[in-house]
Amino acid sequence: MTIPQDTAPAPIPDPGTLFRGFLYVGVCGFGGVLPWARRMIVEQKQWLNASEFNDLLAVCQFLPGPNVINVSVALGARFAGWRGAIAALAGLMAAPMAIILCLAVLYNRYGQVGIIRHMFTGLAAAASALVLATALRIAAPLRASIAGMIVAVVTFAAVALLGWPMLPVLVVMMPLSIGLAWFGRRAAQ
Amino acid sequence: MTGGMSDLGALAGIFSQLSLLAFGGGNSILPEMQRQVVDVHHWMSARHFAALYALAQAAPGPNMLVVALIGWSVAGLLGALTATIALCAPSSLLTFVIAGMWHRVRGAPWRDRIQRGLVPVTVGLVMAGAALLVRTTTTDWRAALLTGCATWLFLRSRLHPLWVLAGAAVLGASGILG
Repeated sequence: MTIPQDTAPAPIPDPGTLFRGFLYVGVCGFGGVLPWARRMIVEQKQWLNASEFNDLLAVCQFLPGPNVINVSVALGARFAGWRGAIAALAGLMAAPMAIILCLAVLYNRYGQVGIIRHMFTGLAAAASALVLATALRIAAPLRASIAGMIVAVVTFAAVALLGWPMLPVLVVMMPLSIGLAWFGRRAAQ
Repeated sequence: MTGGMSDLGALAGIFSQLSLLAFGGGNSILPEMQRQVVDVHHWMSARHFAALYALAQAAPGPNMLVVALIGWSVAGLLGALTATIALCAPSSLLTFVIAGMWHRVRGAPWRDRIQRGLVPVTVGLVMAGAALLVRTTTTDWRAALLTGCATWLFLRSRLHPLWVLAGAAVLGASGILG
């Protein structure tokens, strides 16, 4: 474990501090938690500096699983071992879990009431739009790569149009895509 | 709606597998989640799935909390906990192990190359998730128009996404969307 001695003036957080820090992030994070996690970790608590955070995020984005959950686990582990990892993860999830289950109870009770049902028609359309916007945003850099575009279209068609399970699609497409990126770059050099 | 041990087992099985397949963040597993929950296990309709997803977007916290809502509607509180823990545990365990040697992974050129190689697959998966949701939530031309406008706002305006979601909810509640 490397401890940022020269750059981070803050003391090394213990599990309780990690829990409280991520509890705050969980409550704040409407529509994407990652910006709030960065703000808490880098600006408010100064547990990491900006470039350390970027390095941590790059590894967390590389690993499977929701990125912000990986960030909480990796940061907790870095400062306070497995207790820190569990404390940070529990802090992140506790409040949103409680809130969303309260909403679920309300939805079960009132979801069929006219005005709530209508409200959900609008909300659901916008929530779909949010995923569509995310897809379009991450697709934009692919314009530079024909191979990348083909991989994306084939993956899309297999999953959305043919309804194939994800596992076999990943088993075929991931090595293919990584291979194309790897050798495509080499060929371009 | 009442779930037995078999439902809890199925929830744990599905979401622990999805946990390790979620390359490129949570949204990439959305289509497989819908396929398992709606088509394979028939726990709910596609419309109910889209409503739960919308509910998860409107609440604070990681947007993958939709799994808690799915678990809740399949097997109550125990289902919500099972699904959420199943989604978090395997990937977190992997992160815990790798995080200990992250400075070795950090600057490695192969990491960057593999990560860049995965992007097209992630794009295809997130696009598929979007298509499945849009297909369900586009009940008529008014909903289609709202989805189009909201997408434009998410991409082109500096408005916080929460305002767009709230505006769409108010529009819906007003009854304009039918």
